[in-house]
Amino acid sequence: MLKIRNLEAGYGKLRVLKRISMHVDPGEIVTIIGANGAGKTTLLHTITGLVKINSGEILFRNNDLNRLKPEKIVASGCSLVPEGRQVFSTMTVEENLILGGYILTKKEKGGLKHEIGKVYELFPVLKERARQLAGTLSGGEQQMLAMGRALMAKPSLIMMDEPSTGLAPLIVKSIFKVVLQLREEGNTVLLVEQNAKAALGIADRGYVLETGKIILQGVAEDLLQNRDVQRAYLGREMD
Amino acid sequence: MKYWEENRECMSREDLEQLQLERLQSTIYRVATHVPFYRNRFKEIGLDPDGFRSLGELSSLPFTVKDDLRNNYPYGLFAVPLRDVVRIHSSSGTTGMATVVGYTRNDIKNWSNLVARILTAAGVTKDDVIQIAFGYGLFTGGFGLHYGAERLGASVIPISSGNTKRQIQIMQDFKTTALVCTPSYALMIADTMLDMGININGLSLKWGLFGAEPWSEAMRAEINNKLNITATDNYGLSEVMGPGVAGECLECKGLHINEDHFLVEIINPNTLNPVEPGEVGELVVTTLTKEAFPVIRYRTRDLTRLIPEPCSCGRTNYRMTRILGRTDDMLIIKGVNVFPTQIENVLFEIEGTEPHYRIVVERENHQDKATVLIEVVESIFFDEMKKQRQLVDKIKKKLASELGVSMDVKLVEEKTLERFEGKGQRVIDKRQL
Repeated sequence: MLKIRNLEAGYGKLRVLKRISMHVDPGEIVTIIGANGAGKTTLLHTITGLVKINSGEILFRNNDLNRLKPEKIVASGCSLVPEGRQVFSTMTVEENLILGGYILTKKEKGGLKHEIGKVYELFPVLKERARQLAGTLSGGEQQMLAMGRALMAKPSLIMMDEPSTGLAPLIVKSIFKVVLQLREEGNTVLLVEQNAKAALGIADRGYVLETGKIILQGVAEDLLQNRDVQRAYLGREMD
Repeated sequence: MKYWEENRECMSREDLEQLQLERLQSTIYRVATHVPFYRNRFKEIGLDPDGFRSLGELSSLPFTVKDDLRNNYPYGLFAVPLRDVVRIHSSSGTTGMATVVGYTRNDIKNWSNLVARILTAAGVTKDDVIQIAFGYGLFTGGFGLHYGAERLGASVIPISSGNTKRQIQIMQDFKTTALVCTPSYALMIADTMLDMGININGLSLKWGLFGAEPWSEAMRAEINNKLNITATDNYGLSEVMGPGVAGECLECKGLHINEDHFLVEIINPNTLNPVEPGEVGELVVTTLTKEAFPVIRYRTRDLTRLIPEPCSCGRTNYRMTRILGRTDDMLIIKGVNVFPTQIENVLFEIEGTEPHYRIVVERENHQDKATVLIEVVESIFFDEMKKQRQLVDKIKKKLASELGVSMDVKLVEEKTLERFEGKGQRVIDKRQL
C-alpha cells in the first residue's frame, strides 16, 4: 500500500530523514518507534506532503506522492491524525467530523451522515458529546475525535502521530484497542509512537528510527524480544 | 497445508525486493556498527554503509569467505554481545579450522520458522511423526530440523545418526512417517531393511527430507523406489544459518530459496562477477534477518543455477538447482566436511615432513568410504609388522579425532604415487551419485 525508498527530507539545510526505506502492506498495523527528535513526525509530514522530499520516493498505492499537495494526498486515501490531536476546539464535535469529511461532501451527498454514524459507532462517547465544543472534551475524547475526523475522509491508510501523548495509561489502552478494531475492519494503520511497548504490543511490524535513520526493522514481536530495543526503548536494563 | 507462510512464500517480486532492500539496509547498518571486521572492510574500500540504495549495488560490497570466519574464531564476527546469544553451533573441523556461529532468541525463532516452511513444502504436516537421523550436537542439521519440526507441530523423534537397526526398529514401532537424514544414509537404511527381510509396504513412511551432502536424481529415484516415499532435497549451511535456506516443494524441480531472509547471487568463481541469468556459478548468500551472526556476501563454494521461472506450486521465491559441485577441494564424507589440507596437517605432524598422499573416496553399499594412501620410507616395510600397524593406527586415530570422520589408512612405498607440478589433484573421488 505504502512503499518508501531511500527517502531524504528535512527543513532547509537540515537533513532530518536519512535514506528511509519502509513499507506498509494492506491490513497491517505498522509502527515507527523512536526517541524524541528521531524524525518520526517529519516522516509522517513528508508522507502527507507537508515537508518536501529531497530525494527518494514515496509510492502510495503505486502512485508517486512526490510534489502532490497535501489535500490531494488526503483525497488519494492517506489521512493523518496529528500529534496533540489538533481538534478545532471552538467548534462542536459534529462540526469537527463534518470538516474531516470535506472531500466527501463534494462527491457523495448523504454519504456524510453515514460516515458520521460509523464514527459514532466506533466511539459512542462522541455521539453523546455531538453538540459539545471540542475544546471541552477530555484528552482521551479529543484523541478519539481526531481519529474520527481522519476516518471521515474514508482513508485506506490512517497515520497516527503519538496518539498516547499526555494520556493516562488506561485511556491509552482504550485508544489502542480502537486501533486494533480499525485493523479488524480492514483498515491499514501507520502508528508513530514513543511508547514503544504499547505500540509494538499491537503492531504487526515495526521500524526503529534513530537520528533520522532506520536502524532496525522487523516483526513487532521480534522487536519486543530484541535486546537493543529492550535496552533503548523499553526501559529494561538487562542483567 | 500447502504453505507455512503464504504471505512470504508467494510474495510479488516487487514486494519482495522492497522487503529485501529494507532488511539489507538495516543489516549493513548493523554489521558496520557492531562488527569491527565489516566496519574496517567497508572503510578500506571507502564504502559508506548509509549510502547503499538499491539491491543492484550489492556487488559493491566485499565478499566474506570461510577464512574470514576462521580468522575471527571464535566470536569475532558476532554482531551482538555473547549474553544475547542463546545457542552456539560450530562447523566440523579441528580447533584451528572450525567456524563458530551464534543465534539469538529471535534467530532461533526465525530458523525454526524457515525450517517449518521447508518441511511444509516437502509434504510434512503437524500430523506426521518425524524421525531425525541427523547428528545432534555442534552440527546444525539435527537441531535445525528438530526445532523446525516442533514449530510445525509434528511429533519429533530425535534419534540422531547411527545404529541403523535401532533406527529401523523405531521406525516400525513409532510408525514414523517422515525421515530426515543424508540421502546415502536413507539408502543404507533401505538396504538394511531388505537384508532384515522387512516389508517396506508395512511401514508408515511417506516423506523423506534429505540434505547435507550432494546427491542426484538417480539416487532420488532409488530412494523413492526402495522406501516407497517422496524424497525431497533441502539446502543450508551453518555459516549462513543451517538447514532452512532452501528446500524443494513436491514438484521436485529445484529448491525454493527463502529469499525474504537470504539474498542470493550466483557468481563466476574465477572472475567473481555475476553470471548471466540462469548460468551455473557459485552461490553467494547475504543474510537479511540474522541478529547474532549476519554475513555479507558469503561465498558458499557450492555450485548451482538459479531458476527464476514460476513454479507450479504457487511459491514465487526463486529456486536453485540441487548442488552441482564445489569450487574448492572440500569433500563431504558421510555428511562431514573435510578439506585435504586438514589431512595434510595431520600427516605432517606425524611424519615431520611434507607427505605424499592420495585420498580415495568410494561409495560401498551407499556408505562413503575414504582411504588415505601415504608414501613411507621403504625401511618400514622391512620392520616388524607391529611397527607398521602401530603407525597406521596412530594416523587413523589422529585423523578420526581431527576430522570427525574415520578413514582407512594404507601405507605405500616411496615414489609409487604420481607426482604433480604445482597444485596436484590429491583427491580421487570414485563416488557415482
